[in-house]
Amino acid sequence: MPDAATIKARIEAAIPGAQAEVEDWTGGGDHFRATVVADAFAGLSRIQQHRLVYEIFGAEIGGPIHALSLKTHSQ
Amino acid sequence: MTDQHDNPIRDAVAEAIATNDVILFMKGTPEAPACGFSARTVGALQALDTRFAAVDILPDPRIRQELTAISQWPTIPQLFVGGELVGGCDIVTEMFESGELAELLGADGQAPAAEPAVADGAPLQIENRLS
Repeated sequence: MPDAATIKARIEAAIPGAQAEVEDWTGGGDHFRATVVADAFAGLSRIQQHRLVYEIFGAEIGGPIHALSLKTHSQ
Repeated sequence: MTDQHDNPIRDAVAEAIATNDVILFMKGTPEAPACGFSARTVGALQALDTRFAAVDILPDPRIRQELTAISQWPTIPQLFVGGELVGGCDIVTEMFESGELAELLGADGQAPAAEPAVADGAPLQIENRLS
């Protein structure tokens, strides 16, 4: 069962310089909401920014992580 | 090339994306969304009076599988405009709030009447297209 702290740590480990805020949206351990700020997003479209985050979790999105709602910004 | 076998569902999904100016792959139908994220995305499109085609991915798990293989996007809903993935609920909502969605659809959303947009009718049923 993923938790918000683990998801935050994985995002920050995978994207250099990223800062993530992750909350468990429903308290059920499967719907999460994350705001991610990273220099790595500069110059990327929203789609590309979100893909960078989704790629970290691969098939877990839609599996154990039912939903990971994202807001992404470059600093 | 073992994964290049005939794949009618992938072909149908690709064709639906290519032939509908605005198409939403969602859980449920615009009239009866089966997921809050799909409902919110439909709401944004309807708030802009957008004509759009809709495909319910729930009747056959292969629809989602093939859609994700094409779009490289893991979640549902997925909105395509002019054959390009715009995003899911988060991006569509953000773009709706910022006015970017209206701008995008203002250019491309005025689908000619001949478009098989089905905002008020039965949603596109991919599996029916295969029979």
